[in-house]
Amino acid sequence: MPSLGADMEAATLVEWLVQPGDTVARGDVVAVVETQKGAIEIEVFENGTVHELVAQLGTELPVGAPLAVLLAEGEAPPAKAEPSVEPPPAKAAPAAERPPAEPHALEREAVKAPATAPAPPTVAPTSVPQSPNAASPAARVRAHELGLDLSTIRGSGPGGVIVLGDVDGAPSKSPQAAAKPGSPIEEMRKAIAAAMTRSKQTIPHFYLSQTIDVQPASDFLAKLNAGRPPAERILLGALFVRAAALAAAKVKTMNGHFTDGAFHAAKAVNPGVAVALRGGGLVAPALMDAVALDLDQTMAGMRDLVSRARAGRLKGSEMTQGTITISSLGDTSADVMTGVIFPPQVALVGLGSPQVRPWVLNDQVIPRSVVTLSISADHRVSDGRQVARFITEFETLLNEPESL
Amino acid sequence: MTEAEIRAAYLEELASIAPDIDTDTVSDDDHIQDDLELDSMDVLNLVTALHKRTGVDIPEKDYPQIATVALAVAYLTDAMK
Repeated sequence: MPSLGADMEAATLVEWLVQPGDTVARGDVVAVVETQKGAIEIEVFENGTVHELVAQLGTELPVGAPLAVLLAEGEAPPAKAEPSVEPPPAKAAPAAERPPAEPHALEREAVKAPATAPAPPTVAPTSVPQSPNAASPAARVRAHELGLDLSTIRGSGPGGVIVLGDVDGAPSKSPQAAAKPGSPIEEMRKAIAAAMTRSKQTIPHFYLSQTIDVQPASDFLAKLNAGRPPAERILLGALFVRAAALAAAKVKTMNGHFTDGAFHAAKAVNPGVAVALRGGGLVAPALMDAVALDLDQTMAGMRDLVSRARAGRLKGSEMTQGTITISSLGDTSADVMTGVIFPPQVALVGLGSPQVRPWVLNDQVIPRSVVTLSISADHRVSDGRQVARFITEFETLLNEPESL
Repeated sequence: MTEAEIRAAYLEELASIAPDIDTDTVSDDDHIQDDLELDSMDVLNLVTALHKRTGVDIPEKDYPQIATVALAVAYLTDAMK
């Protein structure tokens, strides 16, 4: 089970796309797993032949657990007693099983450790309560908020007292009550919370922003799209991704991963394109090697990513190999976004909604369509000077949209 | 295509782009961006789908005219004449 995101701990195997005997090549999609961020296609890392499918469908597996046994060309099948083909533990792998690329795993374990102090003695739920409906004050307040009758709730506190957790876990009468624990939305929020908390705790963010005239880009697109059928039209967002990819290729301290205590600049620029999911949450799948794509290919790639993100069919590599994130607020949103970097990346490019504003051009104040670009960057890796250079590159490219 | 067919096609394409929308609850004047929260990529996909269904090559400057069911039915009916 590969790690498919900064804070993924486990995922559930939902589909095998190969069978024993199948030949696979590096990059082939072999299985689908359900993660907190939806269904993700798992790609194989090696060439070979599928020998055995070890993991059972429907099982939740920790990162690092074996999914299948693959034989390299000419390799003999392992003896049956081989430990690696033993069924994996169904839950909670020890920290040691995590792949080494997760430098924070041990830290997290250390932080968690004190919390797993001796478990309170389990009180049998049938034990006699001190008095009918004995409940903690917090539990009473919450039960009132939720419109719950305390007599219908079984207490798990000392002597059967109803505590807050019992109320939160009780089936609610109100249909508007919060999403059930484990619902996709709740899982998505947990995944976002984990990654963003880690980001804010470990990455010393700093921010630079600049308002940019995008009238040349808008005019260029209006002219280009006027002669094209809808299926071939380009959105301003594609120009932004193209410009950001080219700028990131020049400012290498903003493109890569900070892992194992050091920054590793990436050779390719794989911009993670933030996609808001309907119903809540977001994912930022990577547009692989975006510098090599022209504008039409960039647009096609973004269309494909958005539709697959919505349908829940992204690939594992797209979830992990992003080197910088681009988050665009779209046509009808706020002016400025100050984003949180997606670890282990070291920069996030935020673009506000285009607005028509008074602008000084050739000593004249005229209405122009402008966008505020704001960059969140990692101070362990770069300083204001590098980020300012990125902004200048981006602005220059958008001023000459035909060069994109 | 009749007005009823255009309306049905519009709602069908809307549902395929945003499956969480219950098309029975979409009113004639719901705005696809302000009320139904479609983003610019969704709008482009809707325009592309409508182009396929109706043959009308909705230019960008006319996007506001397909922003609600009522507007779109009127616009497309007219454009298909």
